[in-house]
Amino acid sequence: MNTQTTHSHDGLRDDLALISNWITPGARVLDLGCGDGALLAHLQAHKQVSGYGLEIDADNVIECVAAGVNVLQLDLDAGLEQFEDNSFDFVVMSSALQEVRRPDELIDEMLRIGRDSIVTFPNFGHWKPRISLGLRGLMPVSGSLPNRWYDTPNIHLCTVRDFETLCRQKQVDIVRRHVVNHAHRSNIGMRTFPNLLGEIALYQLRHHDTA
Amino acid sequence: MTTHADFPGSVGLVEPQTLHVDGPMPLDCGKQLSQFDLVYETYGRLNADASNAVLICHALSGNHHAAGYHSEDDPKPGWWDKCIGPGKMIDTDRFFVVCPANLGGYNGSTGPHSAHPETGRHYGPDFPVVTVGDWVRSQDILRAALGIEQWCAVIGGSLGGMQVMQWSIDFPDRLRHAVVIAAAPKLSAQNIAFNEIARQAIVTDPEFHGGRYYEHDVVPRRGLMLARMLGHITYLSDEAMRAKFGRDLRDGRISYGFDVEFQVESYLRYQGASFVDRFDANTYLLMTKALDYFDPAHAHGGDLAKAFAPVTARFMVISFTSDWRFAPARSREIVDALVDAGKQVSYAEVTSDLGHDDFLLTMPHYVNTLRAYLNRAAVEIGA
Repeated sequence: MNTQTTHSHDGLRDDLALISNWITPGARVLDLGCGDGALLAHLQAHKQVSGYGLEIDADNVIECVAAGVNVLQLDLDAGLEQFEDNSFDFVVMSSALQEVRRPDELIDEMLRIGRDSIVTFPNFGHWKPRISLGLRGLMPVSGSLPNRWYDTPNIHLCTVRDFETLCRQKQVDIVRRHVVNHAHRSNIGMRTFPNLLGEIALYQLRHHDTA
Repeated sequence: MTTHADFPGSVGLVEPQTLHVDGPMPLDCGKQLSQFDLVYETYGRLNADASNAVLICHALSGNHHAAGYHSEDDPKPGWWDKCIGPGKMIDTDRFFVVCPANLGGYNGSTGPHSAHPETGRHYGPDFPVVTVGDWVRSQDILRAALGIEQWCAVIGGSLGGMQVMQWSIDFPDRLRHAVVIAAAPKLSAQNIAFNEIARQAIVTDPEFHGGRYYEHDVVPRRGLMLARMLGHITYLSDEAMRAKFGRDLRDGRISYGFDVEFQVESYLRYQGASFVDRFDANTYLLMTKALDYFDPAHAHGGDLAKAFAPVTARFMVISFTSDWRFAPARSREIVDALVDAGKQVSYAEVTSDLGHDDFLLTMPHYVNTLRAYLNRAAVEIGA
């Protein structure tokens, strides 16, 4: 998890609160890399959502179980073929895209399994990483990218433009986009120049055929 | 903590109880038992609305004695004493824990060694082949006799986990939670092959006498010992055996003979020999057959998700990475089918060293996961 931890008024982490706003009540949700299960616990309590979280870390699995969230201890890199086509309303992946072995294949799987997919990732095109790398010649370390090059779990960082290029190539419909800073606030600047001013990007995607 | 003074952390002294059932009890094989005894132990106290009862289903070589001690000088506690007791993973301060011995067993519920009600002689090979379904039906009779409407949880490892699945399918309203540990939805050809070798070891022992060895006052010692030695290899991982024995020699040197030389040989012979003293060969045959036959998907064209359709219980499925007898992939088959069927399920894959027998132990990830799960189950019922 790379995003700085800030919380909304009801205690839900801000990035998860943003995702929660996009999920319709009563939906069936698959949360990839669900961490301690906070999003699903919130959705179960407030939106009558059912579903499962996938998580690899043993301590997080225990947290999920303690929170009453259905959690499956599985490795995202091992694939998701056991999940049926269109078996979930939403497949969510928050701040994990850049950590998986093949983000492009995982997006294909999300679109196959869910009617809608929600993806969030740290935007490497933000001006701070650009300055760090372009002018100072150093790998960026910031609020949305807190790790150093040698201990980061991020192996596939991308920019907003990179991501949207991939969506175009895959003929994926971008239903919604929201770009925020590391405190999960947005402003007109970020909306106008998302790739330069946005630190974290949220997307709702849908397979082109089903749009 | 309600701990026995002489047995800290344990449920203390326990006494087996017997429920006599005047049948007839029809069995899956088409035969029936005209009457039978179910022997069981209980730990903890049943609460006023009888909502805190937990059923423990035992595995191949288990019995009703899951926790505590039978006497002040009892050298060993019950088979799952590490996990059942006051403040333990299955907390007897909160739950009323019931562990019955399965039909067909030895030194407990009615089995091949028991007297046939008509002849007065040991059943021996005439004891009918029992299935996981038969066991679950008999356990449901015990449930009703104890005045329990619904189990808070049914918990079992290995063959016990199969009984848990059967409970959730056959009596969906009778349990709130299903905890399936180190199990499989059915045996693989390799699993059945191991069982068959074990059975052949027993039935080809000259002292087996077609299963009527009691009447000859002998036991098929060598066969049962071989069966247990073989089984024991499958319960341990390659890594665990390597770590425990390596190629250590008992006398420090090779003797170029066929007597015990390596420590692992000595260990297996000891395990086999001590098993013969506490187990019955006919029971071993029956237990392995129950394992082989278990396949709830069979009646649904092999579709396990369809078999799980009636399920209302929440599931907690746990596997161990070093278990090759029922590997994590087998537990994931159970999980996938439950997800396909839209059921409530959590799954934990515990990193472990020992192998299949890890479910009897107390690795922190295992204990903390199940403790968290059962804590929620207890809170739901106000226990």
